[in-house]
Amino acid sequence: MKNQLITDATLVSNYIKGDESALGILITRHKQRIYSFVYSKVYDKDIAEDIFQDTFIKVIKTLKKGSYNEEGKFLPWVMRIAHNLVIDHFRKSNRMPKFSNSGEFSIFSVLSDSTLDAEKSLIKEQVERDVRRVIQELPEDQKEVLVMRMYNDMSFKEISEKTGVSINTALGRMRYALINMRKIIDKHNIILTN
Amino acid sequence: MAKLYSKHPNKEQISMNPKKETIDFLLNYSKALRIVKYDKMKFEALLN
Repeated sequence: MKNQLITDATLVSNYIKGDESALGILITRHKQRIYSFVYSKVYDKDIAEDIFQDTFIKVIKTLKKGSYNEEGKFLPWVMRIAHNLVIDHFRKSNRMPKFSNSGEFSIFSVLSDSTLDAEKSLIKEQVERDVRRVIQELPEDQKEVLVMRMYNDMSFKEISEKTGVSINTALGRMRYALINMRKIIDKHNIILTN
Repeated sequence: MAKLYSKHPNKEQISMNPKKETIDFLLNYSKALRIVKYDKMKFEALLN
């Protein structure tokens, strides 16, 4: 392999002098190591590709500007640039967390559309109408407590104050209201499920 | 000896090389980049 005989230092120096093909040899020689290193940190092919590209853009600029000091350490220097860019990438992604939808986990298993479709909203309306009709069947005192508790969201203390009965009586009426509603539902075979 | 049915790690290893397009881009970028020096300043000029 002729390419392997030429040292990195020579290739770098040739490149600085204007030999563009030297860069091709350098990239070909080290691409696997650099790309694997980046990929082993980011575990994403596209991001690894971007970081690999940015690494060499930096290398090209530094070499062309003549700011590179050749000390026979081309690869460690490139690896250091890649390493710094990987750190930059994680800093950026920490500041701006994003959810990548990869692998088995799907974001849509967590996020769902909570709005009901036409069929479900019809069923919901029907169930609510049936419940209201069942409530109308209850004795007046139980109906009163249940409406205050469930529809007006009042506490049993407030209910007892409003109706003039003790809290225990209000609790008892609520209990009987529920028992009676279940009885009515069973009796008329009403299905109250969504 | 018990048979191991797990996949051999080497077979699963994907090719760890950047795309050809990336390399081509870098080589073209390098050809297009000129550094213009003026006094003590350096300017980058992309010729395409």
